[in-house]
Amino acid sequence: MDIDPEDLFRDSDDSDDEFLQEREPSKEFVVYLVDASPKMFLPASKEVGKGKTHFHVAISCISQSLKTQIINRSYDEVSICFFNTREKKNLQDLSGVYVFDVMDREFLDRPTARLIKEFDNVEETFMKEIGSQYGINADARENSLYNALWVAQALLRKGSIKTSAKRMLMFTNEDDPFGKIVGAAKADMIRTTLQRAKDAQDLGISFELLPLSMPDDEFNVSRFYADMIGLEGNEVTQFLPSAGEKLEDMTDQLRKRMFKKRKVKGITFFIANGISIEVNSYALIRPTLPGAITWLDSVTNLPLKSERSFICADTGALLQEPAKLVFPYKSKNIKFSTEELSELKRVSSGHLRLLGFKPLSCLKDYHNLRPSTFIFPSDEEIIGSTRIFIALHCSMLRLGRFALAFYGSSSHPQMVALVAQEEITSSSGQVEPPGMHMIYLPYSDDIRHVEEYHRVDNDAAPQATEDQIKKASVLLKRINLKEFSVCQFANPALQRHYGILQALALDEDEMPEIKDETLPDEEALSRPGIANAIEEFKVAVYGENYEEESKAAATKTSGPAARKRKVMAETAVKECANYDWPDLAENGKLKERTVVELKFYLTAHSLPVSGKKEDLISRILTHMGK
Amino acid sequence: MAPKESLVLLVDVGPLMHGVLTEIETFCSMLVQKKLIYSKTDEVGIVFFGTEDTNNELEVEVGGYEHVFVQRKIEVVNGHMVEDLQNLPRGTTFGDFMDAIVVGMDMLIKKYGPTNKGKQRLCLITDARHPIKDPDEGTKEDQVDTISSMMKARGVRMDCLIVREKLDGNANKSIVDENDRLLNHFSRRTIAKTIFVGRSASLSGAVRTRNISPVTIYRGDLELSPAMKIKVWVYKKTSQERLPTLKKYSDKAPPTDKFATHEVKVDFEYKSIEDPNKVVPPEQRIKGYRYGPQVVPISLNEWEAVRFKPDKSVKLLGFTDASNIMRHYYMKEVNVFIPEPGNSRAILAVSALARAMKEMNKVAILRCVWRNGQGSVVVGVLSPNISSQENIPDSFYFNVLPFAEDIREFQFPSFSSFPSSLQPTVEQQEAADNLVKMLDLKPSGGEEALLPDFTPNPVLMRFYHVLELKSRNPDADVPPVDRCLKRILEPDSELLSQNKPTIDKFGSQFELKENPKKKKSSKRHWRDRLLTSNDDGETAKDDMSEIRNSNVTNDSSAVKVDKIGNSTPVQDFNAMMARRDSPEWISRAFREMKNYINDILENSYEGDTFLKAVDCLEALRRGCILEQEPKEFNQFLFDLYEKWKNTDLVSFFELVSSKNITLISKTEAEDSDIMDDEAKIFLPKSKPPPQ
Repeated sequence: MDIDPEDLFRDSDDSDDEFLQEREPSKEFVVYLVDASPKMFLPASKEVGKGKTHFHVAISCISQSLKTQIINRSYDEVSICFFNTREKKNLQDLSGVYVFDVMDREFLDRPTARLIKEFDNVEETFMKEIGSQYGINADARENSLYNALWVAQALLRKGSIKTSAKRMLMFTNEDDPFGKIVGAAKADMIRTTLQRAKDAQDLGISFELLPLSMPDDEFNVSRFYADMIGLEGNEVTQFLPSAGEKLEDMTDQLRKRMFKKRKVKGITFFIANGISIEVNSYALIRPTLPGAITWLDSVTNLPLKSERSFICADTGALLQEPAKLVFPYKSKNIKFSTEELSELKRVSSGHLRLLGFKPLSCLKDYHNLRPSTFIFPSDEEIIGSTRIFIALHCSMLRLGRFALAFYGSSSHPQMVALVAQEEITSSSGQVEPPGMHMIYLPYSDDIRHVEEYHRVDNDAAPQATEDQIKKASVLLKRINLKEFSVCQFANPALQRHYGILQALALDEDEMPEIKDETLPDEEALSRPGIANAIEEFKVAVYGENYEEESKAAATKTSGPAARKRKVMAETAVKECANYDWPDLAENGKLKERTVVELKFYLTAHSLPVSGKKEDLISRILTHMGK
Repeated sequence: MAPKESLVLLVDVGPLMHGVLTEIETFCSMLVQKKLIYSKTDEVGIVFFGTEDTNNELEVEVGGYEHVFVQRKIEVVNGHMVEDLQNLPRGTTFGDFMDAIVVGMDMLIKKYGPTNKGKQRLCLITDARHPIKDPDEGTKEDQVDTISSMMKARGVRMDCLIVREKLDGNANKSIVDENDRLLNHFSRRTIAKTIFVGRSASLSGAVRTRNISPVTIYRGDLELSPAMKIKVWVYKKTSQERLPTLKKYSDKAPPTDKFATHEVKVDFEYKSIEDPNKVVPPEQRIKGYRYGPQVVPISLNEWEAVRFKPDKSVKLLGFTDASNIMRHYYMKEVNVFIPEPGNSRAILAVSALARAMKEMNKVAILRCVWRNGQGSVVVGVLSPNISSQENIPDSFYFNVLPFAEDIREFQFPSFSSFPSSLQPTVEQQEAADNLVKMLDLKPSGGEEALLPDFTPNPVLMRFYHVLELKSRNPDADVPPVDRCLKRILEPDSELLSQNKPTIDKFGSQFELKENPKKKKSSKRHWRDRLLTSNDDGETAKDDMSEIRNSNVTNDSSAVKVDKIGNSTPVQDFNAMMARRDSPEWISRAFREMKNYINDILENSYEGDTFLKAVDCLEALRRGCILEQEPKEFNQFLFDLYEKWKNTDLVSFFELVSSKNITLISKTEAEDSDIMDDEAKIFLPKSKPPPQ
């Protein structure tokens, strides 16, 4: 029976069925097309002394994306393809196109540790090994852009379009690739290139452009690329990301656009009286965990398949998945069939149903259980959904209210709060998308009243005085994280985990050092201003002689548990002296002693007492140095 | 073994309570049921008051205490209690809750004397609308003082549940106020908690029905800096309570075996992929982690040596504006930081910080490692929780925040970038504003409806309910969702009817249409939507009902899936086949399709409809194979051929044959009596064209 009230050890493996659903059935094939023309190697910003180039921006975007991909979506396949290169490397043997690849890997394949590592260094060796040159010259007959599209399309021939998404992402800072050519040759080249792009699109391959603007010359999509990707009218202006002042912002924007949105599922949202709209849900925030363990055969290093079998304890017969489940109640075994259980869980129809609205102040800080889910309207099936959604979104923001709804998913039917989120943008693009966040609310069964458990008997609990609060306020102002953003820290455990895996995968001896960004800035904390504020607060709440008093208190009063432990340790030492341990160990007689007796030794020597009897014995032997 | 807790339920069954007794029955029986499941050794006594009859020892011993009826003396919790509580008597007199409390105390004192201190609880359920008698001596307040000091001395706690659906005109305000004051006086003087419940639906959530002794996840320092530390204890504040895990049951043992355990053992075996018959013993297994396509093997010792091992600590990173941390970033179940109990300095320090944070609207960012050996750190936000009761110290709530890796930066279009066809008009916006204002669950001055703290988990409620039903009748079916649970699952019908004009206005302002282009894939969902948008009745169950949504306008002739239209016959046919709400649709789809094919062939001009007809025929064939109805198709094709083989339509059959559309053979559908080779030769290819 599952009665683990502490829930302590379920912290990390708490993955609900619903959250696994987002593992999409389809995989993604991506070809990155990186322009490697000399123009890409010009300094990309006017800031003096920063020789960063657009080429560098593109490389670092791809590199970051590969690193995320190998952790999160390692089944997706990827290929990196430079064009406008001196050397050529591709199956079609077309000039000016170089497909970057490493050992043990096809051109379009899952990313490997080696690919990531070597790609990180590609800039250093690029000029020597691949080289850069303008592919389309006035007198050139070759069309490197055309070639690049051809190569990419050929690579993407892999996989069925039904089960996978195919994309080409092009990084370039040349908005007019055929600008240097004149006359009929130009028209011809434009025509064939557009045709090539269209062919690819007809095959279900999506083409996305990640334009890089020169400092003094904004990328003009309408010069050539608008036709190629099929943009019309005001879409063109929307398409171009707000040209960033800083290169970092540009990198950020591009990186975000490289992600393909994956929806978790479409949900029908009943508003009232038969009005229902369509929304899609997205998992914007989910804990990234170190990948699951795969068991291997240590001899062959091949993965193992685990097989579960059910055996009847009475007859020893092998069972199929048992259809009946039992729960002990009133000293009987109450039987349930799996159908009955799912019927029991089905309290609602699997959709989202509005119950009403409440002021945002009703949503308390402790009303939380799991990461929230983002919802965004869609008119795909019901036209008019977006309009209603926007109207409600706007009203909720203006009136400071959230919607209370019931989300009847089959695994966890739950009350949810829908909190409207306004769009927030910064120079690095969208920071918070507009939409609503679905926050899963606890039931009364899930809320614990711990505070009351520790109520102070007899009289009132001490409360801070005005002066103490004032001292605390000073402290708050001093240690202020002005620019704090929720996701500024990388998870050190995860970084280390994958750092180690990468090193092992590449047979490196050095284990990487990972910086733990989550440690407090002790240097800043010891600065006089802050240190003083802390000291003053301390004196205000603790009094002058806190250190000495607390030391005295620590020796004098210890809790009942600690006292008990002390007594136990004392008896253990006493009891322990009754045995001749070295002799017992010498003659292998330790196993004849009881566990209680063995624990005397362990407690007396302050060793852990956990584990099976064999563990205890081996621990004793180790301690004795045998 | 001493009982863990002993509880005396004091239930007011007087006439004014009759309206809510059904809910009280549910609540009380649930309470006892949970004890039966989670703490079988607890003891429970049951007292009714406001009854016609009187039955208590005090009445016998000292007189008075009328209309207080001890239904069950304190005894170990058992199934009969559930039955008692599910059938509460309907009393005839106005009960006196003070008498009931005294009787309850008397029972506890007589049963335990000075033992079992701190584990006794009274649970009073009343509406407290009727005046209590004046005591023989002193004031009512004095009486409360006497009782509460007695309760305190014996460590008896009390939960008072005041149930008032609505205060109607009849209720005498001064009496109600006096009673409330008296009960609140109890709360101040003892370890009592008074909860006012407005809607009886929230009753079930109001009182802790299951005792979980809280366990700290961390005890130690909250480190502001190396120089300043506060002693805190950290607990879970929320923790999702799941359905208890059920054991697997084996019915393999012969029915005659009286000692059968019916248990199922689960066995895991690891087998090599190359040779599925080879079982790899545990000591030969090694862990591997996935990294892209590679699986990196690593032994436990190696891993232990290199893995991330932060030290146990809770450290402050800094303070920041509360508005910097948006609500949707909270990741997990919530923790609560409580100053070390009994440590008045820690209590003061927490209080000062919490109040300063509240005043300045700030929160603290912490880095936490709850225990040594934990493989990861947690970064989270600490927000103040100012206590509303003077004997409860201030504390903090702690919510886990995401790391950079946990966030997916998807880009969404701005609402402002949408074309005006997707933007609400001024009138529409106004209708939406009104809807948001009117469907109010927290009317100003009123009570908040569906407060999470008072809302029970409907699935668990159902589980306990079914468990009880099945304990009486093992073959009992799972009943439909209870009316009182519907209040959690569906909007309050009263609220809806009160605001009907607003809702109707909202409905009429917006137009919803099904997208005809997406019709095919969504047909099934669309129908669900129509069915379930009906707010009455059991939405989860009555799939057969045919309620159409007035708000949805079907803008395509083929939208109704109950017939095959001319524009997309194949899709329509498939959609009809996919309808699962009645078996009749299948046969209807077949019939419609056959008629359709006949029609378009008859109306064809120089074979212009042949391709379409072939598509339809193919769809029909697929459908017949799917449904294993080969004769439907074979007979049809045969008739079709017979009908037209001597007309110019015969070229259609050549087309059919060239598309490899044959009769359905026995290998495709068991019921067919056509052999594989027969299926192919049926069509005219082998036969000379008539000329």
